[in-house]
This record gives sequence, structure tokens and C-alpha cells, in this order.
Amino acid sequence: MATAENTLAFSGGWEYAPAPESTDHIEVASRYGLFIDGDFVRPEKGRYFDTINPATEERLSRVALAGPEDVDKAVKAARKAYSSVWSRMKPAERGKYIFRIARMLQERAREFAAIESLDGGKPIRESRDIDIPLAAAHFFYYAGWADKLEYAFPGRRPRPLGVAGQVIPWNFPLLMAAWKIAPALAAGNTVVLKPAETTPLTALKLAELIADAGLPPGVVNIVTGAGDTGSAIVEHPGVNKVAFTGSTAVGKRIQKALAGGRKSYTLELGGKAANIVFADAAIDQAVEGIVNGIFFNQGHVCCAGSRLFVQESVADEVVEKLSQRMETLIVGDPLDKNTDIGAINSKMQLDKIRDYLKVGEAEGGSLHQASGKLPRKGYWCRPAFFTGVSQSSRVVQEEIFGPVLAIQTFRTFDEALEKANNTPYGLSGGVWTDKGAKIFRMTQGLKAGVVWANTFNKFDPTSPFGGYKESGVGREGGLHGLDAYLRLGE
Amino acid sequence: MGTNANRADAAVGFPDLSRVPPVDEVGVNERVARFQSRSIKKASKVEALKCILSMIDLTTLEGQDTPGKVRQLCQKAIHLHDAMPGLPHVAAVCVYPNMVAVAKEALRGTDINIASVATAFPSGMSSLDLKLDDTRMAVEAGASEIDMVISRGAFLAGEYRYVFDEIVAVKEACGDAHLKVILETGELRTLDRVRRASELAMHAGADFIKTSTGKIQPAATMQVTLVMLQAIRDFFASTGRMVGMKPAGGISNAKLAIHYLVMLKETLGNAWMTPEWFRFGASSLANDVLMQLEKQATGVYQSADYFSKD
Repeated sequence: MATAENTLAFSGGWEYAPAPESTDHIEVASRYGLFIDGDFVRPEKGRYFDTINPATEERLSRVALAGPEDVDKAVKAARKAYSSVWSRMKPAERGKYIFRIARMLQERAREFAAIESLDGGKPIRESRDIDIPLAAAHFFYYAGWADKLEYAFPGRRPRPLGVAGQVIPWNFPLLMAAWKIAPALAAGNTVVLKPAETTPLTALKLAELIADAGLPPGVVNIVTGAGDTGSAIVEHPGVNKVAFTGSTAVGKRIQKALAGGRKSYTLELGGKAANIVFADAAIDQAVEGIVNGIFFNQGHVCCAGSRLFVQESVADEVVEKLSQRMETLIVGDPLDKNTDIGAINSKMQLDKIRDYLKVGEAEGGSLHQASGKLPRKGYWCRPAFFTGVSQSSRVVQEEIFGPVLAIQTFRTFDEALEKANNTPYGLSGGVWTDKGAKIFRMTQGLKAGVVWANTFNKFDPTSPFGGYKESGVGREGGLHGLDAYLRLGE
Repeated sequence: MGTNANRADAAVGFPDLSRVPPVDEVGVNERVARFQSRSIKKASKVEALKCILSMIDLTTLEGQDTPGKVRQLCQKAIHLHDAMPGLPHVAAVCVYPNMVAVAKEALRGTDINIASVATAFPSGMSSLDLKLDDTRMAVEAGASEIDMVISRGAFLAGEYRYVFDEIVAVKEACGDAHLKVILETGELRTLDRVRRASELAMHAGADFIKTSTGKIQPAATMQVTLVMLQAIRDFFASTGRMVGMKPAGGISNAKLAIHYLVMLKETLGNAWMTPEWFRFGASSLANDVLMQLEKQATGVYQSADYFSKD
């Protein structure tokens, strides 16, 4: 529909001068030990690894690599704290500690936001406006439940599970730590948490904050490392409950390891969400929702709207408007307040995304990427979409976990629903239409844990979050998330 | 204002209103919040401030206006703040029809445009004949731009054809003068109606669409302006004809005006970033912009008394 003469020009002209968030107010130590039993301690084997800034490829710090012996120490500390202090404490007192963590997070929000962007590559706008405030909101929300568990589950007798072993991913490092720690503590459990190896810093800053908050030693333990450290936590016999967020492949391995045992578990895994745009939708706002759905956090979002289904009568218009909008997305320095899309989290992830771009083209898909300059150093990917792909394409079937959208069209409601559900995943979905009845019909039919209507990627601590099918087991957030950390007796 | 060949045969026929997309207010608010989170500093701020000055329609529309006041305003339009060299002049001076001759005399020898409101401004509660006479009178007195109001009563009653025909007739009465069509969005109330009224106005031949008279609250908001910019973009995509945009009323400080520029840049692109295609209808905005420019140049804010109030 666009011709040469009625195409809009976005490049050149008036440009925004750099507006970087300052980093002189943050403190990152050159080396971090393991946070066990209330103190930072050296790892037994004395091994450390680098955590780097993906926007510059420079080292930010060195963090301890926890072996099985360190994990064992952490679990024992958590057990001791559980039996002697935390499970016996008056629930209202537990709540006070969690409220204190929430307030201190708010007070130090600026520092946490800057470190989150430095370590993970996400734009400061997101870490400042979404990650850190939401993390604090989760602590506030669950703090309120700590002394009201009997009211949350009337007629039942809620009891904590014991020691929770928690393994979290690199896409929302602090937020995922909050999702895991807040309900566990409110329910009376103690915690051993492992942040992802590429983004350990805000979890370690949270450990400092927890120490400053005066939490009894051992209630929260944070150990750093890679997959082996995670396995050691999951398989440790002293752990009563496993909570994992990450890839479906690792989730399956965890489920195998736990099969036949008595540990309870929740798994938050991958996704390939359908974002469905009907012809009667508010098109401009739908385009904005498509952008938020797939380009939020560089597409490193398990519930990203990575499959777009557009009704055919508006398909050309939507694709044209989407490509125009992509020209106005600013890719670059995560610390710049005007950056929309930051750095890809790691070299490994960038290679994976690039592979998928090749795969999509080899399969016959037509690739479109935003123009615009990229910084020379660091890991970057221009926002991209494929048209001309189908349900049998790998870029439609597999989770890319990057800023890459697969676009298909549909004619009827039933066709959209069938294609949307035709995936091993079922974490989230989106529906765009001006008709309320269509929203309800679609949300009832979609096999996905979260469905957004006329919006996308909205999160709130009161709302349960989790997947169908290979997207996971159990729910986090809301009362459901509390339930997952309790044994409900009669 | 420069002339543009494709403006000659402006009307493209009554729009297919069934194709006008719905507007979701929540989504519009979110998009506006994104524009407002842009951080505009240093050189880009100075450039924006100067651009804003050049886009201002310096306005006085009061019953108590006098020839003396209009002359003062024209003087200000030419000499915004001579203490600062290198400033542009404003785009136009906007007055009532009976003050057009005074403004014409005062602006002689400059290329500042004279805009006049017409068509029983601000309510539009009159007959078509009187509105056309009002328009002709302003044009004959020397107005190069006419700011008309639509018949909101007819629009809200669903008489879209009446509204359309009226705009076509006023456009014809304008002759060579450019026509800005005021939707008075504060009386239309919903963004869906704003979008629909924008379509009617552009299809009927509007050179500009404008939010408000300034006499009704709310006047311009970023939300209604965004919806109108999107309508302009879609009209351009389907017809190839550019239409200008003028938010008016309520934009009284530089920071807000910069957010409007961000919105303009990210919605319509560079081609619209000139006074030929974008205007601010404002009376007090200019002095705040001048104050910010002084701040950028000297590092300190100066007293408001260093800037002339006209």
C-alpha cells in the first residue's frame, strides 16, 4: 500500500541527544562471594566467573561459582533458619521484615535499575519503570498476606513447606527473584536462590539489602553459578520445594529429576504466544500492542507475543504500520533514557537469534528488519519480523527469545483459534477487537495461562501467572502463588 | 505558508465512514505516556525550542481586543526577543475578522501569516450563509488562513453529510486562503468521534485540522492530537495528500510543547516538522520557550519581566 511518494521519513532530521542515566551513584564490588547464613562467604573451591555488560562486553564484576558443597552449606543454613527462627516467628513479624525489604527496594530503586540495565542490557526505561517497581510491588503484596494465611485459605490449615530451592532466569533478574522470594517468605519458608550466570548482580545487591534489613541469617541464601549449581539445588535432599523459571528443555530435566520424589515444584517455562488482531480492532493501538508484545525487553520474555495472527482484510495495513513504528524504535545504550531496545543479554543468545533469522529465511520466510545504526561493540539485534511463514516453519514453532516476530494471517475466528492453540506451549496470548463478545469467546478457547485483551505484557502481583502444556506447571502471583508455597491441612 | 499543488483539488469526496478504525483510549494514553518519557536535552532541546517558536500561531481572541493590542501582538510576532539573536519569528498571528486589517497593516513587509477565525467562531451557531460571509469578510480584509469551526451539534446528531458539505462550502469561500478546521474536541468527548470528525474534515478539503477554539475545556490534549495525527497519516497513505495539524489551547509551557514535537516526529516523521505542516495555537507559550532558551544559553533562569508580555 505504501508508494515511494507517500512513505513517511523518520531517519535524520531532529534527533534526540544522548540522555544517559548516571552510574556514579551505584556501587558494584569487584568480587562477590556467596550469600550464605547472613554473610558473604568464599566458595569452598575458590572459583569465580565474570559477569559482563552486554552493551560494552566489559567485565562488571567477578562472582563466586558455587559447587555442591557450597549449595549443601546454603541448604543447611536455610534448614536451620527455618526450624529455629522463621517458621516459629509470629506471622505479623515475618510480614514486617518483608514490608521492610519492599520499602528498601523502593528507596534504592535508582541504583537497582541502573545495575539491572548494566548487567542484563535492558533499557533503563524498563528497569526503572517496570522491573524494579514491580519487584517492590511483589514484596508489598505478599508481605500483606504473611499474617492472613488462614483468611487466604479459609477452613484449611496452611503450613509452610520448609526450604525452597529457587532457580531464576536472566531476562528479569530482580523481578524473578522477587516473584520467588516474596511468597516463599510470606508463607514461612526459607530460601536458597540461584540467579542466572549472566545476570547475578541485582540478586547479590538484594542479598546486601536483605542483610541491611536485618533478616535472621539463613532465611534467604543466594548462591551464584551456572547449570550445575542449579542442579545441585534442585537435587539436594534437604530441599522441600523447587521453583524454576527458564527454558522448557531444562524444565523437563528438572521434572525427570524430581519424578517419584516428594518435593513439590512449580515450573515457569517457555512460550510462543499468539497475538490475534481482528479487523475490527483499534488498529493503531493494536500495532502498539504488537510492539510491546514482541520488542519489550528485546523479546527476552517467556510470555512475548511472538506469533502474530492478523485478519486478512487489515493485514497489509497492520504490517505497514508495524514497519513504520519499528523505524521509530531506538536501539542502543541501555542506560540512555530514550533507548527502546537495549542489548541482547549474551553472545550465546545473540548467536541463537541470528541462527533463527537464517533459518526463517531458508524456510522461505520474508525477513524485515528496522534500519538504523547499531553500536559497534556489544550484542545487538534490530527488531525484526517474518511474513510468508506458516505453522510448519521453525520460526513459528520454536521459542526464539529475541526481537523476532512471526506474522501469519487468518480469515475466520475458528482458524485463528486453531492456529493459536496449535503449539506445544501455552503461556500467554493476546486478543485485539472492539467487540467484547469476541474477546470472551477467544479467551475461553485459548489454551494459555494468561490472555490479554486489547493490551499485552501487563503484570501485577495480584494476578496469577503460569502456563498450560509445555509452558509449565503451577502458578506464581496472587493467591495461587501463595498456595504453591504452602501445605494446606484440614 | 508555501503553496502546494496538491492542495488545489483538496476535497476527495465523502469518506467511507465504515472504514474508520475504532480508537482505544487506554492504548492512546499509554502511547502518550511513552512520548512523555522521552528525555530531550542539550542541542536537541535548543533545536526543538526554536522549532516550536517558528510554529506558533500567536493568538488573541477576546471580546476586549483593541487595535492597539493587536498591533502589540504583531510587534511581538516579529520581534520575539531581540536580546537573543538568531531566533525565528512565529508562523502567524491569529485574530478575529474585524482585526485582520489592523494585523495586515502591522505585519506589512514580513512573511508572517495572518490567520482569522471565522464561521461564527467559537460556537458556530449560525446559518451557513452568515458563516460564508464571515469567511469572505476575513479573506477580503487580508487573512491568508481561516480557522473555521465545525457544527458540533450537527456532528453529534449524526448529520455527517451536513458537516462535510459545510466544510466544502467554507473551503470554497476561502479562495486562496488556507483552511484550518477546528473540531472542538472538548465538545466531541470521545476519541472515536475525534477520529471520525478528522476524516470528514480532511476529505472535505481541510488544509489543517485543529483541536480547539480555546474557549472550551478541555482544549488540546496529547491524546486527541495523537488520534488526529494518526488520521492525517492514514489519509496521506491513501491519498498522498499532506494535511497539517494544529493543537490549540492549553499548551502553555515549553516542556509540554517538546512532548508534542516528539509525538509529531514519531507519528508523521520529518516532513511535518515545519510551520507549513504543524502549528501551536497559543498565547503564553512563546515566553516560556524564550525563557528556556535563555536558560540553555546562560545556565540560569531569568525573571519573567525580561520577556515582553503583549
